[in-house]
Amino acid sequence: MAKETIESDSTDKSEPIPPMQRLLDNHFLLLFIGVVVPTVLYTLWGVMELSQIPISQ
Amino acid sequence: MSVAAETGIIGGIAAKFRTCPATGLKIDIAAQNLIKANAVVAIVFLAVGGLFGLLVALTRWPAVKILDPDLFYLVLTAHGLDVLLVWIIFFEMAVLYFASAIILNCRLATPRIAWLAFILMLVGAVLANVTVLQGESSVMFTSYVPLKAAPNFYLSLIVFAVGALLGCFVFLGTLVIAKDEKTYEGSIPLVTFGALVACIIAIFTLASGAVILIPTWLWSLGYIAHIDTVMYKLVWWAMGHSSQQINMAAQVAIWYAIPAILMGAKPLSEKVSRMAFLMYILFLQLASAHHMLVEPGLSSEWKVFNTSYAIYLAVLGSMIHGFSIPGAMEAAQRANGYTNGVFEWLRRAPWGNPAFAGMFLSLVLFGFLGGISGVVLGTEQINIMLHNTMYVPGHFHATVVAGTSLAFMALTYLVVPLIFQREIIWPRLAKWQPYLFGMGAAGISLFMMGAGTLGVARRHADISFSDATLSFDYPPAAFLMLGLNGMAGILAAIGGGLFVVIIVFSVLFGKKVDASNIVEALGPMPQKRVSDAVHKHGDSGTFHLPGTYILVATFFSAFVLYYFVNWKYLSELWQLG
Ligand code: HEM
Repeated sequence: MAKETIESDSTDKSEPIPPMQRLLDNHFLLLFIGVVVPTVLYTLWGVMELSQIPISQ
Repeated sequence: MSVAAETGIIGGIAAKFRTCPATGLKIDIAAQNLIKANAVVAIVFLAVGGLFGLLVALTRWPAVKILDPDLFYLVLTAHGLDVLLVWIIFFEMAVLYFASAIILNCRLATPRIAWLAFILMLVGAVLANVTVLQGESSVMFTSYVPLKAAPNFYLSLIVFAVGALLGCFVFLGTLVIAKDEKTYEGSIPLVTFGALVACIIAIFTLASGAVILIPTWLWSLGYIAHIDTVMYKLVWWAMGHSSQQINMAAQVAIWYAIPAILMGAKPLSEKVSRMAFLMYILFLQLASAHHMLVEPGLSSEWKVFNTSYAIYLAVLGSMIHGFSIPGAMEAAQRANGYTNGVFEWLRRAPWGNPAFAGMFLSLVLFGFLGGISGVVLGTEQINIMLHNTMYVPGHFHATVVAGTSLAFMALTYLVVPLIFQREIIWPRLAKWQPYLFGMGAAGISLFMMGAGTLGVARRHADISFSDATLSFDYPPAAFLMLGLNGMAGILAAIGGGLFVVIIVFSVLFGKKVDASNIVEALGPMPQKRVSDAVHKHGDSGTFHLPGTYILVATFFSAFVLYYFVNWKYLSELWQLG
């Protein structure tokens, strides 16, 4: 039989919230990260490389 | 009899609710109506797009060749659009509203904007179909420039995308309302978190779509003289592939939700599952780069970073989910009393419940067929053997058909009783539907991958090249693969058609669901009651999971073996010396 379920609802209110949980609970920060990371690493980096290809004469 | 609606004033805004007899959750009637509308339209377009898919498969079957080449490209364009875009994204809107308003027990933010989103998407979808069927836009769903479609083709996609973007904002707004009105405590439930990840990826996807489709539309109208082909491809895939990652996050959320509702399954570790979702936010969208692996203009650093380093971290996220979900089911089933041997928990799972069967098949087929072949295709060196062959549609039919579409179908079997408040009309037939569709989908995936491994090109109506000046002979096995693909396509079409008919008839003529028959209406369940695990926090609290360890070890062995088999093929492609 499984051990008793741990209910996080019952956490002590005075206990500090771990930074990782704070990040995961900050939905708009996650949205920011989720848009900026691929924009920089995929799109901008890719566009920079493609724009350096010399145009044929 | 359905439960009467009551009006509640929350945050100064009146919203109508009913109480769900199964879960006790308050269901916002506006959210309920929007879920219904989005799901119905999704299913209609699945029927239309699936029919186009069958025609494509029958054309690629050399002995049948049902369409001539012109019509083949028209139908292929319509197929890709209707299923990949319209069916999937409409259903995702229903998932977003379900995972926010329903699971968080709150009212939906700005239902009027949600209806506007729905109308824009519908107008976009209809316009796209009309434009493609008029025949001047057979550019396939990738619409690579310099192929030029009618301006309305691009316009329809822009209108559709704006609608979907509005839907995402309604979802985010609902999260804000739920927090303000304290309808949940602590973090949002895991399933809602999965939907949030889907929404975040959707916003990047749709923004990339706007960046590329608006100039292309202006180009088709003659206002812009030139669009660079490689630049187009780069930005287009930021939309094209990321849209598949929306599916990924949404289907994983469904994989967590169904066992939670039916069996009371809780994740092995919520923290770890959430971290796996964070990996998606950080890395999954970079996978778009594998479409650019053969482009000479991009450096190896860009290719290898985006397709290998980053995407392997996202794949790690998927493998964490792939371990955690069967593990959660095993833990729940053992807690339900199925403790004999290694696999009693799996044998005694509700296989006769189409929601469970569909979900489990989707998980297994996605992992074994779609996941492994995706890693193979995403490896720069191996990709060169398979790029633009039938292997590519083989791979993504395993992900979007056997994986996402089957997961969406599975969820629909719960949405009909819970949201439409109707019983599934032919439960015996419904029991078989996921198996039929799953087998057909697995078949088309495997046979297309088989044909691709033999070098057969994707997007080609006739592999015998009957009217070509220079002939080319594919090995006879390639013809066999395409024949088998046609047969599997028929099976998938029967399974898909059955789904559409069962759901439409259930919604129209199914027996009404109320407190007296709701549990029965949700199909066989081990505990004979609906669990509330889907909107609660907590871990399953055990790691005694021998069955899951064996399943995971089997998966890894298949993965490693298949990966190395492909490197072996590559080593034989160009003989040295
Ligand atoms: C009855 C079920 C289905 C059958 C028999 C089927 C069959 C096919 C075949 C044979 C191709 C053509 C491959 C080629 O020549 O390149 C194709 C393409 C495609 N299918 Fe399906 N399919 C089905 C369902 C679906 C679903 C449900 C989705 C998405 C959720 C989907 C997405 C696509 C896409 C995106 C393409 C590529 C179109 C293009 O190359 O422009 N299919 N399908």
